[in-house]
Amino acid sequence: MSLALPEPERAIVSRRDAIVEDLRRLVGPGTIIADEDGRRAYETDALTAYRRMPLAVALPSSTEEVSRLLRYCHQRGIKVVARGAGTSLSGGALPAEDALVIAVSRMNRVLEVDYMNRIARLEVGITNLGISETVKAQNFFYAPDPSSQLACTLAGNIGMNSGGAHCLKYGVTTNNVLGLKMVLMDGEVVEIGGSHLDSPGYDLMGLIVGSEGQFGIVTEATVRILRAAEGARPMLLGFDSSEAAGQCVSAIIGAGIIPVAIEFMDKPAIHVCEAFAKAGYPMEVEALLIVEVEGSQDEIAELLAIITELARPFKPKEMRVSQSAEQSAAIWKGRKSAFGAIGRISDYYCMDGTIPLGKLAEVLTSISHICDRHGLRVANIFHAGDGNLHPLVLYDANDPAQSERAEQAGAEILELCVAAGGCLTGEHGVGIEKRDLMRVQFNETDLLLQMRIKTVFDPKWLLNPAKVFPLDGREAAQQDSALAA
Amino acid sequence: MLTNMRPVDEREFSRILAEATATATPVEIMGSGSKRNVGRPLQTAANVSTRALRGISLYEPSEMVMSARAGTPLSQIEDALAERGQMLAFEPVELGPVAGSEPGQATIAGVFATNISGSRRISVGAARDHFIGVKGVNGRGEIFKSGGRVMKNVTGYDLCRGLSGSWGTLAVMTEVTFKVLPMPEDTGTLLLLGLPDEIAIEVLCGAMGTPFEVSGAVHLQPSLVARLWHDGLRQQGQAVTALRIENFSKSVAYRGARLKDHFKAYGEIHELDRENSLAFWGELRQLSVLQASDAPVWRISTSPTAGPKVVAAITAYMDCRAFYDWSGGLVWAEVLSTTDAGAADIRRVIATHGGHATLIRAEPEVRAAVEVFQPLEAGVERISRKLKAAFDPAGVLNPGRMYPNF
Repeated sequence: MSLALPEPERAIVSRRDAIVEDLRRLVGPGTIIADEDGRRAYETDALTAYRRMPLAVALPSSTEEVSRLLRYCHQRGIKVVARGAGTSLSGGALPAEDALVIAVSRMNRVLEVDYMNRIARLEVGITNLGISETVKAQNFFYAPDPSSQLACTLAGNIGMNSGGAHCLKYGVTTNNVLGLKMVLMDGEVVEIGGSHLDSPGYDLMGLIVGSEGQFGIVTEATVRILRAAEGARPMLLGFDSSEAAGQCVSAIIGAGIIPVAIEFMDKPAIHVCEAFAKAGYPMEVEALLIVEVEGSQDEIAELLAIITELARPFKPKEMRVSQSAEQSAAIWKGRKSAFGAIGRISDYYCMDGTIPLGKLAEVLTSISHICDRHGLRVANIFHAGDGNLHPLVLYDANDPAQSERAEQAGAEILELCVAAGGCLTGEHGVGIEKRDLMRVQFNETDLLLQMRIKTVFDPKWLLNPAKVFPLDGREAAQQDSALAA
Repeated sequence: MLTNMRPVDEREFSRILAEATATATPVEIMGSGSKRNVGRPLQTAANVSTRALRGISLYEPSEMVMSARAGTPLSQIEDALAERGQMLAFEPVELGPVAGSEPGQATIAGVFATNISGSRRISVGAARDHFIGVKGVNGRGEIFKSGGRVMKNVTGYDLCRGLSGSWGTLAVMTEVTFKVLPMPEDTGTLLLLGLPDEIAIEVLCGAMGTPFEVSGAVHLQPSLVARLWHDGLRQQGQAVTALRIENFSKSVAYRGARLKDHFKAYGEIHELDRENSLAFWGELRQLSVLQASDAPVWRISTSPTAGPKVVAAITAYMDCRAFYDWSGGLVWAEVLSTTDAGAADIRRVIATHGGHATLIRAEPEVRAAVEVFQPLEAGVERISRKLKAAFDPAGVLNPGRMYPNF
C-alpha cells in the first residue's frame, strides 16, 4: 500500500529508553508498555495494511495520568496517538515510530446513570455496546451502533463521530453526546458541556466530536440514553435491481415513514452473509433491503403493511417479515457481521463514501465498472436511508499488484462519490486512508480553515499529526502565530 | 463609508470583509435583524446583511434535505416544506417578538447562527443537529465550505456545528444545507392542571422515559398560563403541564391512552385534539407567554430535574415567572427588572445547579453592562478566543456580541 508516512524523528527514537524511563515515573506501575512484543499489539488498527511499531504504549487509569503524560510529551515535542480499541477502518489509530500511543481502554468505568434526566456519564474506554448493556435492564439504550460495537470504545466513537445502522432515526455520535472531559496537549483538563442540552458559547463539542484525536484526549463523556421502543421488527425486501431497491427507499421516506434502519446488500454480499449467519436472506435477488420499524406489535404490523404497499410498484421478488425474535436476531447478525463474513473469504478494502440517495443506481453501476476495470470483485453493503455506502473491494493482500489496484479502485470510488454530490467518508473517518484524497472534496482554503482549528487546539501539531490532512501544504496553518499563543 | 450593505454574492462578501479586516473596521453581521436586540449591543460603523441572498437552491423531499441561501426567510422555507408534508423538526422558536422585533422576520441562516430550538428539541435534536452543510466567508474574506448535502459525513472537521450558535462572530454563512423530516400525520396533547413545578417535572421526565416518543414536554406556571393566547387554557387559571404525541393517527390514540394510564395517579388528564394541539404548540414556538411584557427574560439550560430547583432558587431572590420546556431542562424565566436583570443572583444559582443562562430580553444598557451569555470557564474561554482568531483575526465580525473580549 502506498500512502506516505512521515519520517520518524531520529532525535526522539534514539532517546527511546530515556523517554520510557521518564514516562514510567509519571504513572502507576504496569502503565507503560515498552517491550517489543507488548508494543506489537498496538502496531496497527483495523486498516491492517499499514503497520508501525510505536515508540511506547501507555495505558493510563485516570484523567490525571493522561494529563501528566501529555504535559511531558508536549514539553519534549513527542507526538501522541490516542487509541480506543483500535478498530478504526481508516487507520485513525495507526501509530508512528516516534509517537507515544495512549490507549484509554483501561478507563472504562460507568460514573453515573441518571434515568430521570436520561444521561450516562462514562469513562471513554467503555465499549459502545457496554453502554447499552449498562442501561438495558431499565429498557434504555445508547443509540449510535457501529458494526464494531462489541469492541469499539466510546473514545473512538467520539474521535470519529461514529454512526451505525440505526442512526437514520437516532443520529450519530455528535447528536448523542452532551458533555466531555478532555485533556489538551499541554496537559490542561477542560470540561465542555455537561448534563444539560446545548453548550454555552461556541459549540466546541461539535468540533471535538469527529476531530480524529487531533484536538486532545477525551477521558470522560456524558451521553444521552434513550428509552427503547416497545418492540422492533425487521422485514426483508428483495429486488431484481439495485435501482428498484433505491427507488423503494425513496418511496418509503417520501411517504413520511422514517424506519429505524434501512440497510442494503447486493447479491455478492447477500451470499456471503447468508453462508455465515443463516439469516434466511433470499439468494436469487440482486438487491436486498432490511427495513426495521419500531413500536407496539400493532404499530409495527401497521407500519410494515404500509411499507409492503409502498414497495409493490417496484416489483419486489421477496417480501418477508421477521416472525420471531430469533429471526430478527439472525437478520441483524448477518448484516452486522458482514465485514467479518466477507473477511473469511477474501481480504477486502472497505470504503465509506456517502452519496445522495437519488444517485444510487448510477453510482453502483459505476462502482462495478471501476472494479471490473481493475480486475477486482466488489460486494456492496450500506445504510440506504442515509446514502452511506460500504463497497468492499475484494483482493489478495499477498499480491502487491492486487493491493495496489484495490487501493486505486477505492480512491476512484470515493472520487465518484464526491462527484455525485456526496463525500469521502460517512462514518469511518479520514484517518490515514483518505488523507491524500481530501483535495478531491475540499479546496486549499477549506483545508487551511480546518488546519487552523487544529492549531488552535494543538499548536505544535503533536496529536495524531500524520492523519486527516495531506502532508504537504500544512505550513501556513502550523505557523499562524496568532493561534499558537 | 461602510454602511448598511447587502451583498448579493459570496465574492462581494469576501471583498467587504477583507477590506474590513485590512482597515480593522468592525462590522455588524446580520440577517433580517430579527434577533438584533438579543445579545450584547454592538457599536459598529457598518452592518452587512445577508438579506439579498435569497432562495431555496436545493430541495429533495425523498432525501430529506434542503439548501437555501442565507437570507431566505424562515417562513418561505417552512411553506415550501409544508407543501411536501415536511418540516424543520427542531421547530425553531421565534425570538424576535420577545425582544421587540416584528414577528415573521427570521432568516434561515439566523436560525443556525443562533441555534435556538423549540420544544421538539428533546426528541429530535437541536438546530445544530440538523445542520449538515455550509458555505460562508470568514473575517479574512476567505470563501469556504464544509459538510455537504448528505446526512452522514465525517470528512474533515465539523464546521457546521462549529458555526452553530456563533452569532455571526466567526463567519458569515452564505448558504446552509439542512436535514428536514416528514410532518407527523397527527398530533395530540395530554394536559395535567394545577401541578406544582417539582411534581410537573417528575411527570415530564417520567413521560420522556416511556417508549411513546413524547415530542414535547412543557410546564407553565399559572402566571404565564394567564398570558396564553389559547382561550380555553388561559381561562382555566391553573398551572398547565403538557405532553405532545405526534405520529400516525392510530399511534397517537394508542400512545395517548397508554400515557394517560401511566400518569393517572397525578390527577385528571385532559386532551387537546389535533387543531387545539397545533394552536397550543404553535404559540409556544412564538413564546407567546413572554411577549406581553418588557421585563427581563432569561433562557436557562440545565438538567431537567434541576429545572424546578433553579426556578425556586431564583424565586427566593426575585419575582420570577417560569415556563419549562425540554421536560424541565429549558427554563424561560421572566424576572422583575433590576439594574442587572438579576444576573448576579442567577449566575450564582446556575453555579450551584449546573447549566447555562442567557439574557434574552433586557434594556440595551443592561445588556451592555452584564454578561449576556454564560461566562466561560478559563480553559474553554481561551480556546474560544483562539477559535475566533482563526476565523476572524482582526476581530471585525460582530465584536463583543457574545463576549466582551472577543
